[in-house]
Amino acid sequence: MVELHLTQSNWEDEVLNSDIPVLVDFWAPWCGPCRMVAPVVSEIAEEYQGKLKVGKLNTDEEPEIAVRYGIMSIPTLMIFKNGEVADQIIGAVPKEYLIEKLEQVL
Amino acid sequence: MYDVIIIGGGPAGLTAGLYAARGGLKTLICEEKVFGGQILMSYEVDNYPGFPKGISGMDLMDNFMKQAEKFGVETNYEGIKGIEDKGKTKDVILSNGTKLNTKTIIVAAGASANKLNCPGEKKFTGKGVSYCATCDGAFFRGKPVAVVGGGDSALEEALYLANLASKVYIIHRREQLRAVKVLQERAFSNNKLEFVFNHVVKEIQGDKFVNGVLVENVKTGELSRLDVDGIFIYVGITPNTKFLEDIIELNEDGYIIVNENMETNIPGIFAAGDIRVTPLRQVLTAAADGAIAASCAQKYIERNC
Repeated sequence: MVELHLTQSNWEDEVLNSDIPVLVDFWAPWCGPCRMVAPVVSEIAEEYQGKLKVGKLNTDEEPEIAVRYGIMSIPTLMIFKNGEVADQIIGAVPKEYLIEKLEQVL
Repeated sequence: MYDVIIIGGGPAGLTAGLYAARGGLKTLICEEKVFGGQILMSYEVDNYPGFPKGISGMDLMDNFMKQAEKFGVETNYEGIKGIEDKGKTKDVILSNGTKLNTKTIIVAAGASANKLNCPGEKKFTGKGVSYCATCDGAFFRGKPVAVVGGGDSALEEALYLANLASKVYIIHRREQLRAVKVLQERAFSNNKLEFVFNHVVKEIQGDKFVNGVLVENVKTGELSRLDVDGIFIYVGITPNTKFLEDIIELNEDGYIIVNENMETNIPGIFAAGDIRVTPLRQVLTAAADGAIAASCAQKYIERNC
Protein backbone atom coordinates (compact mmCIF):
# COMPACT_ATOMS: atom_id res chain seq x y z
CA MET A 1 0.00 0.00 0.00
CA VAL A 2 1.46 3.33 -1.03
CA GLU A 3 -1.29 5.47 0.50
CA LEU A 4 -0.38 7.66 3.45
CA HIS A 5 -2.24 7.50 6.73
CA LEU A 6 -3.20 11.13 7.30
CA THR A 7 -3.76 12.64 10.73
CA GLN A 8 -3.99 16.06 12.33
CA SER A 9 -0.23 15.93 13.01
CA ASN A 10 0.99 15.24 9.45
CA TRP A 11 -1.81 17.04 7.57
CA GLU A 12 0.11 20.27 7.10
CA ASP A 13 3.38 18.66 6.01
CA GLU A 14 1.96 15.95 3.81
CA VAL A 15 -1.05 17.72 2.28
CA LEU A 16 -0.85 21.49 2.56
CA ASN A 17 2.91 21.79 1.98
CA SER A 18 3.24 18.98 -0.54
CA ASP A 19 5.32 19.66 -3.67
CA ILE A 20 3.01 17.52 -5.77
CA PRO A 21 -0.82 17.34 -5.83
CA VAL A 22 -2.45 15.16 -3.17
CA LEU A 23 -5.55 13.00 -3.47
CA VAL A 24 -7.22 12.60 -0.08
CA ASP A 25 -9.73 9.80 0.45
CA PHE A 26 -12.08 10.72 3.33
CA TRP A 27 -13.48 7.47 4.68
CA ALA A 28 -14.70 5.65 7.79
CA PRO A 29 -14.66 1.97 8.77
CA TRP A 30 -18.45 1.66 8.84
CA CYS A 31 -18.94 3.04 5.34
CA GLY A 32 -19.50 0.21 2.85
CA PRO A 33 -18.90 2.17 -0.34
CA CYS A 34 -15.71 3.60 1.21
CA ARG A 35 -14.27 0.18 1.86
CA MET A 36 -15.14 -1.08 -1.59
CA VAL A 37 -13.77 2.05 -3.32
CA ALA A 38 -10.40 1.55 -1.58
CA PRO A 39 -9.00 -0.78 -4.29
CA VAL A 40 -9.59 1.90 -6.95
CA VAL A 41 -7.77 4.48 -4.82
CA SER A 42 -4.90 1.98 -4.36
CA GLU A 43 -4.68 1.42 -8.11
CA ILE A 44 -4.52 5.18 -8.69
CA ALA A 45 -1.82 5.54 -6.02
CA GLU A 46 0.34 2.96 -7.82
CA GLU A 47 -0.28 4.27 -11.31
CA TYR A 48 0.47 7.89 -10.39
CA GLN A 49 3.42 7.28 -8.08
CA GLY A 50 5.80 10.26 -8.18
CA LYS A 51 3.19 12.54 -9.78
CA LEU A 52 0.50 12.36 -7.15
CA LYS A 53 0.48 11.67 -3.43
CA VAL A 54 -2.46 9.64 -2.17
CA GLY A 55 -3.59 9.71 1.45
CA LYS A 56 -6.48 8.42 3.50
CA LEU A 57 -8.20 10.32 6.28
CA ASN A 58 -10.44 8.45 8.69
CA THR A 59 -13.25 10.89 9.54
CA ASP A 60 -13.96 8.98 12.77
CA GLU A 61 -10.43 9.45 14.07
CA GLU A 62 -9.99 12.97 12.71
CA PRO A 63 -13.38 14.70 12.92
CA GLU A 64 -11.77 18.16 13.13
CA ILE A 65 -10.25 17.89 9.66
CA ALA A 66 -13.52 16.49 8.29
CA VAL A 67 -15.40 19.47 9.74
CA ARG A 68 -12.80 21.95 8.49
CA TYR A 69 -13.37 20.77 4.91
CA GLY A 70 -17.15 20.51 5.28
CA ILE A 71 -17.27 16.74 4.79
CA MET A 72 -20.87 15.53 5.26
CA SER A 73 -20.81 12.58 2.93
CA ILE A 74 -18.31 9.79 2.42
CA PRO A 75 -16.56 8.60 0.42
CA THR A 76 -15.36 12.07 -0.60
CA LEU A 77 -12.19 12.38 -2.63
CA MET A 78 -10.47 15.78 -2.54
CA ILE A 79 -7.63 16.85 -4.76
CA PHE A 80 -5.25 19.36 -3.14
CA LYS A 81 -2.82 21.47 -5.13
CA ASN A 82 -0.51 24.02 -3.49
CA GLY A 83 -2.41 23.60 -0.23
CA GLU A 84 -5.80 24.44 -1.76
CA VAL A 85 -8.74 22.21 -2.68
CA ALA A 86 -8.55 22.01 -6.48
CA ASP A 87 -11.48 19.64 -6.93
CA GLN A 88 -13.66 17.19 -5.06
CA ILE A 89 -15.68 14.12 -5.89
CA ILE A 90 -18.52 13.01 -3.63
CA GLY A 91 -19.61 9.37 -3.59
CA ALA A 92 -18.31 6.34 -5.43
CA VAL A 93 -17.55 7.10 -9.07
CA PRO A 94 -16.11 5.12 -11.98
CA LYS A 95 -12.30 5.00 -12.03
CA GLU A 96 -12.31 6.60 -15.46
CA TYR A 97 -14.16 9.65 -14.11
CA LEU A 98 -11.71 9.99 -11.25
CA ILE A 99 -8.77 9.84 -13.68
CA GLU A 100 -10.40 12.52 -15.84
CA LYS A 101 -10.70 14.83 -12.81
CA LEU A 102 -7.11 14.09 -11.76
CA GLU A 103 -5.71 14.77 -15.22
CA GLN A 104 -7.36 18.19 -15.22
CA VAL A 105 -5.52 19.13 -12.03
CA LEU A 106 -2.16 17.47 -12.80
CA MET B 1 -12.06 -15.22 -25.38
CA TYR B 2 -14.06 -15.43 -22.20
CA ASP B 3 -16.73 -18.01 -21.47
CA VAL B 4 -18.74 -15.51 -19.44
CA ILE B 5 -18.52 -11.77 -18.97
CA ILE B 6 -20.65 -10.54 -16.11
CA ILE B 7 -21.65 -6.89 -16.15
CA GLY B 8 -22.02 -5.62 -12.58
CA GLY B 9 -20.48 -6.69 -9.27
CA GLY B 10 -23.38 -6.68 -6.82
CA PRO B 11 -24.91 -9.81 -5.21
CA ALA B 12 -26.20 -11.14 -8.56
CA GLY B 13 -22.95 -10.57 -10.44
CA LEU B 14 -20.70 -11.89 -7.68
CA THR B 15 -22.80 -15.03 -7.24
CA ALA B 16 -22.90 -15.60 -11.00
CA GLY B 17 -19.11 -15.19 -10.94
CA LEU B 18 -18.74 -17.69 -8.12
CA TYR B 19 -20.85 -20.32 -9.88
CA ALA B 20 -19.29 -19.77 -13.31
CA ALA B 21 -15.69 -19.82 -12.06
CA ARG B 22 -16.37 -22.77 -9.80
CA GLY B 23 -17.80 -24.55 -12.83
CA GLY B 24 -14.47 -24.05 -14.60
CA LEU B 25 -15.56 -21.24 -16.92
CA LYS B 26 -13.20 -18.39 -17.78
CA THR B 27 -15.10 -15.59 -16.09
CA LEU B 28 -14.72 -11.82 -15.87
CA ILE B 29 -16.80 -9.41 -13.80
CA CYS B 30 -16.80 -5.76 -14.91
CA GLU B 31 -17.86 -3.31 -12.22
CA GLU B 32 -18.02 0.37 -13.03
CA LYS B 33 -18.11 1.77 -9.49
CA VAL B 34 -17.85 -0.41 -6.39
CA PHE B 35 -18.14 -4.14 -5.93
CA GLY B 36 -21.07 -4.93 -3.65
CA GLY B 37 -23.79 -2.80 -5.19
CA GLN B 38 -26.70 -1.10 -3.48
CA ILE B 39 -26.65 -3.33 -0.38
CA LEU B 40 -23.38 -1.66 0.68
CA MET B 41 -25.56 1.22 1.79
CA SER B 42 -27.34 -0.98 4.34
CA TYR B 43 -26.22 -0.87 7.93
CA GLU B 44 -27.75 -4.22 8.69
CA VAL B 45 -29.21 -7.00 6.59
CA ASP B 46 -31.44 -9.06 8.85
CA ASN B 47 -33.22 -11.22 6.29
CA TYR B 48 -30.31 -12.98 4.61
CA PRO B 49 -30.51 -16.54 5.90
CA GLY B 50 -27.52 -17.93 7.75
CA PHE B 51 -26.85 -14.79 9.76
CA PRO B 52 -29.31 -14.94 12.68
CA LYS B 53 -27.69 -11.90 14.31
CA GLY B 54 -27.81 -9.91 11.09
CA ILE B 55 -24.79 -8.75 9.10
CA SER B 56 -23.82 -5.41 7.62
CA GLY B 57 -24.21 -5.02 3.87
CA MET B 58 -20.50 -4.28 3.67
CA ASP B 59 -19.40 -7.45 5.49
CA LEU B 60 -21.83 -9.59 3.53
CA MET B 61 -20.52 -8.26 0.21
CA ASP B 62 -16.93 -8.60 1.37
CA ASN B 63 -17.66 -12.30 1.87
CA PHE B 64 -19.38 -12.60 -1.53
CA MET B 65 -16.34 -11.03 -3.17
CA LYS B 66 -13.81 -13.25 -1.35
CA GLN B 67 -15.78 -16.36 -2.20
CA ALA B 68 -15.99 -15.47 -5.91
CA GLU B 69 -12.27 -14.66 -6.02
CA LYS B 70 -11.44 -17.96 -4.32
CA PHE B 71 -12.68 -19.75 -7.42
CA GLY B 72 -10.57 -17.62 -9.73
CA VAL B 73 -12.99 -15.08 -11.12
CA GLU B 74 -11.29 -12.11 -12.84
CA THR B 75 -12.46 -8.59 -12.04
CA ASN B 76 -11.94 -5.08 -13.36
CA TYR B 77 -13.24 -1.56 -12.77
CA GLU B 78 -14.55 -0.77 -16.23
CA GLY B 79 -17.80 0.77 -17.37
CA ILE B 80 -19.63 -0.74 -20.33
CA LYS B 81 -20.42 1.26 -23.44
CA GLY B 82 -22.41 -1.44 -25.16
CA ILE B 83 -22.66 -5.04 -26.23
CA GLU B 84 -22.76 -6.59 -29.68
CA ASP B 85 -24.41 -9.87 -30.52
CA LYS B 86 -22.37 -11.66 -33.17
CA GLY B 87 -24.36 -14.89 -33.03
CA LYS B 88 -22.12 -17.56 -31.58
CA THR B 89 -20.04 -15.05 -29.68
CA LYS B 90 -20.63 -11.58 -28.29
CA ASP B 91 -18.51 -8.47 -27.83
CA VAL B 92 -18.56 -6.38 -24.70
CA ILE B 93 -17.34 -2.85 -25.39
CA LEU B 94 -15.67 -1.21 -22.41
CA SER B 95 -15.89 2.52 -21.83
CA ASN B 96 -12.20 2.84 -22.75
CA GLY B 97 -13.08 1.42 -26.18
CA THR B 98 -11.60 -2.07 -25.68
CA LYS B 99 -13.68 -4.90 -27.15
CA LEU B 100 -13.76 -8.16 -25.23
CA ASN B 101 -14.99 -11.31 -26.94
CA THR B 102 -17.09 -13.78 -24.98
CA LYS B 103 -19.34 -16.79 -25.46
CA THR B 104 -22.00 -15.54 -23.04
CA ILE B 105 -22.94 -12.41 -21.12
CA ILE B 106 -24.74 -12.10 -17.80
CA VAL B 107 -26.17 -8.63 -17.29
CA ALA B 108 -26.27 -7.92 -13.55
CA ALA B 109 -25.86 -4.15 -13.63
CA GLY B 110 -28.58 -3.59 -11.04
CA ALA B 111 -30.42 -0.37 -10.45
CA SER B 112 -29.63 3.12 -9.23
CA ALA B 113 -31.34 5.24 -6.61
CA ASN B 114 -33.76 7.79 -8.03
CA LYS B 115 -33.22 11.47 -7.47
CA LEU B 116 -35.97 13.84 -6.37
CA ASN B 117 -35.03 16.30 -9.13
CA CYS B 118 -36.03 19.29 -7.03
CA PRO B 119 -34.18 22.60 -6.67
CA GLY B 120 -31.24 22.36 -4.27
CA GLU B 121 -30.80 18.59 -4.55
CA LYS B 122 -27.75 18.68 -6.77
CA LYS B 123 -26.23 21.77 -5.19
CA PHE B 124 -26.32 20.27 -1.70
CA THR B 125 -25.34 16.69 -2.52
CA GLY B 126 -22.62 15.89 0.00
CA LYS B 127 -23.55 19.07 1.88
CA GLY B 128 -26.58 17.65 3.65
CA VAL B 129 -28.26 15.73 0.82
CA SER B 130 -27.43 12.03 1.02
CA TYR B 131 -28.49 8.72 -0.46
CA CYS B 132 -26.69 6.61 2.17
CA ALA B 133 -27.66 6.91 5.82
CA THR B 134 -25.12 4.28 6.84
CA CYS B 135 -22.29 6.28 5.25
CA ASP B 136 -23.31 9.76 6.31
CA GLY B 137 -25.56 9.38 9.35
CA ALA B 138 -22.70 10.02 11.78
CA PHE B 139 -22.23 13.55 10.41
CA PHE B 140 -25.72 14.38 11.70
CA ARG B 141 -25.33 13.28 15.29
CA GLY B 142 -27.72 15.28 17.49
CA LYS B 143 -29.18 17.16 14.51
CA PRO B 144 -32.64 17.03 12.91
CA VAL B 145 -32.89 15.27 9.56
CA ALA B 146 -35.55 14.25 7.04
CA VAL B 147 -36.00 11.03 5.11
CA VAL B 148 -37.99 11.08 1.88
CA GLY B 149 -39.93 7.96 0.83
CA GLY B 150 -42.30 5.36 2.22
CA GLY B 151 -40.78 2.02 1.22
CA ASP B 152 -38.61 -0.50 3.07
CA SER B 153 -35.39 1.41 2.46
CA ALA B 154 -36.84 4.70 3.68
CA LEU B 155 -38.03 3.17 6.96
CA GLU B 156 -34.92 1.05 7.55
CA GLU B 157 -32.69 4.06 7.11
CA ALA B 158 -34.97 6.32 9.17
CA LEU B 159 -34.78 3.83 12.03
CA TYR B 160 -30.99 3.75 11.72
CA LEU B 161 -30.83 7.55 11.70
CA ALA B 162 -33.05 7.70 14.80
CA ASN B 163 -30.07 6.33 16.77
CA LEU B 164 -27.97 9.34 15.79
CA ALA B 165 -30.14 12.30 14.86
CA SER B 166 -32.15 14.43 17.31
CA LYS B 167 -35.28 14.01 15.18
CA VAL B 168 -36.21 12.25 11.94
CA TYR B 169 -39.06 13.49 9.75
CA ILE B 170 -40.34 11.00 7.21
CA ILE B 171 -41.76 12.84 4.22
CA HIS B 172 -44.06 10.70 2.11
CA ARG B 173 -46.34 11.77 -0.72
CA ARG B 174 -49.11 9.34 0.23
CA GLU B 175 -51.08 8.63 3.37
CA GLN B 176 -49.96 5.03 3.54
CA LEU B 177 -46.51 3.47 3.62
CA ARG B 178 -45.36 0.82 1.16
CA ALA B 179 -42.90 -0.71 3.63
CA VAL B 180 -43.45 -4.18 5.13
CA LYS B 181 -45.52 -4.33 8.32
CA VAL B 182 -42.70 -5.20 10.71
CA LEU B 183 -40.86 -2.04 9.69
CA GLN B 184 -43.99 0.09 9.94
CA GLU B 185 -44.61 -1.15 13.47
CA ARG B 186 -41.04 -0.40 14.48
CA ALA B 187 -41.25 3.05 12.91
CA PHE B 188 -44.58 4.00 14.46
CA SER B 189 -43.35 3.07 17.93
CA ASN B 190 -40.12 5.08 17.65
CA ASN B 191 -40.65 8.47 19.27
CA LYS B 192 -37.85 10.15 17.34
CA LEU B 193 -39.68 9.64 14.06
CA GLU B 194 -42.36 12.06 12.89
CA PHE B 195 -44.40 11.25 9.82
CA VAL B 196 -45.20 13.99 7.34
CA PHE B 197 -47.76 12.25 5.14
CA ASN B 198 -49.28 13.68 1.95
CA HIS B 199 -46.33 15.98 1.40
CA VAL B 200 -43.76 16.31 -1.37
CA VAL B 201 -40.41 18.10 -1.32
CA LYS B 202 -40.46 21.33 -3.33
CA GLU B 203 -37.00 22.63 -2.52
CA ILE B 204 -33.94 21.81 -0.46
CA GLN B 205 -32.71 24.99 1.17
CA GLY B 206 -29.47 26.19 2.73
CA ASP B 207 -26.47 28.44 2.30
CA LYS B 208 -23.24 26.44 2.44
CA PHE B 209 -25.00 23.42 3.89
CA VAL B 210 -28.63 22.29 4.04
CA ASN B 211 -30.65 24.09 6.71
CA GLY B 212 -34.19 23.20 5.71
CA VAL B 213 -36.60 21.63 3.32
CA LEU B 214 -39.67 23.23 1.77
CA VAL B 215 -42.60 20.79 1.54
CA GLU B 216 -46.01 21.02 -0.07
CA ASN B 217 -49.21 19.40 1.15
CA VAL B 218 -50.47 17.54 -1.92
CA LYS B 219 -54.09 17.88 -0.81
CA THR B 220 -54.20 21.57 0.10
CA GLY B 221 -51.21 22.95 -1.79
CA GLU B 222 -50.03 24.57 1.42
CA LEU B 223 -46.28 25.13 1.73
CA SER B 224 -44.30 24.71 4.93
CA ARG B 225 -40.67 24.45 5.97
CA LEU B 226 -38.95 21.85 8.10
CA ASP B 227 -35.69 22.91 9.75
CA VAL B 228 -33.29 20.05 9.09
CA ASP B 229 -29.54 19.73 8.60
CA GLY B 230 -29.74 16.65 6.45
CA ILE B 231 -32.09 15.01 3.97
CA PHE B 232 -31.85 11.36 2.98
CA ILE B 233 -33.57 10.34 -0.24
CA TYR B 234 -35.13 6.89 -0.81
CA VAL B 235 -37.64 7.30 -3.60
CA GLY B 236 -37.24 4.11 -5.56
CA ILE B 237 -34.80 2.80 -8.13
CA THR B 238 -34.33 2.78 -11.90
CA PRO B 239 -32.71 -0.17 -13.70
CA ASN B 240 -29.33 0.49 -15.31
CA THR B 241 -30.39 -0.65 -18.77
CA LYS B 242 -29.78 2.49 -20.85
CA PHE B 243 -26.86 0.88 -22.72
CA LEU B 244 -29.02 -2.12 -23.67
CA GLU B 245 -32.15 -0.38 -24.92
CA ASP B 246 -31.71 -1.21 -28.59
CA ILE B 247 -30.48 -4.75 -28.06
CA ILE B 248 -32.38 -6.50 -25.30
CA GLU B 249 -36.11 -6.69 -24.68
CA LEU B 250 -37.16 -4.53 -21.72
CA ASN B 251 -40.52 -3.90 -20.11
CA GLU B 252 -42.14 -0.45 -20.00
CA ASP B 253 -40.19 0.46 -16.85
CA GLY B 254 -36.86 -0.52 -18.39
CA TYR B 255 -36.39 -3.85 -16.61
CA ILE B 256 -35.03 -6.82 -18.59
CA ILE B 257 -37.51 -9.55 -19.46
CA VAL B 258 -36.11 -13.05 -18.89
CA ASN B 259 -37.45 -16.60 -18.76
CA GLU B 260 -37.01 -19.00 -15.84
CA ASN B 261 -33.45 -19.72 -17.03
CA MET B 262 -32.65 -15.99 -16.76
CA GLU B 263 -32.30 -15.91 -20.56
CA THR B 264 -33.09 -12.68 -22.39
CA ASN B 265 -34.54 -12.57 -25.90
CA ILE B 266 -30.99 -13.00 -27.24
CA PRO B 267 -29.51 -16.52 -26.96
CA GLY B 268 -26.37 -16.46 -24.82
CA ILE B 269 -27.28 -13.24 -23.03
CA PHE B 270 -28.67 -13.66 -19.53
CA ALA B 271 -29.80 -11.21 -16.85
CA ALA B 272 -29.90 -11.50 -13.06
CA GLY B 273 -30.82 -9.46 -9.98
CA ASP B 274 -32.50 -6.09 -9.61
CA ILE B 275 -32.15 -5.33 -13.30
CA ARG B 276 -34.72 -7.94 -14.35
CA VAL B 277 -38.49 -8.06 -14.06
CA THR B 278 -39.06 -9.75 -10.70
CA PRO B 279 -41.55 -9.51 -7.84
CA LEU B 280 -38.84 -9.24 -5.14
CA ARG B 281 -35.53 -7.41 -5.11
CA GLN B 282 -33.35 -8.67 -2.26
CA VAL B 283 -29.74 -9.87 -1.88
CA LEU B 284 -31.10 -13.39 -1.61
CA THR B 285 -33.13 -13.28 -4.83
CA ALA B 286 -30.32 -11.51 -6.70
CA ALA B 287 -27.86 -14.20 -5.61
CA ALA B 288 -30.28 -16.95 -6.64
CA ASP B 289 -30.74 -15.31 -10.04
CA GLY B 290 -26.98 -15.16 -10.45
CA ALA B 291 -26.60 -18.85 -9.69
CA ILE B 292 -29.31 -19.80 -12.21
CA ALA B 293 -27.88 -17.49 -14.88
CA ALA B 294 -24.35 -18.91 -14.50
CA SER B 295 -25.55 -22.49 -14.50
CA CYS B 296 -27.71 -21.91 -17.60
CA ALA B 297 -24.87 -20.04 -19.32
CA GLN B 298 -22.68 -23.09 -18.75
CA LYS B 299 -25.31 -25.39 -20.31
CA TYR B 300 -25.67 -22.97 -23.22
CA ILE B 301 -21.90 -23.12 -23.86
CA GLU B 302 -21.90 -26.93 -23.74
CA ARG B 303 -24.75 -27.07 -26.28
CA ASN B 304 -23.84 -24.26 -28.65
CA CYS B 305 -20.19 -23.32 -28.48
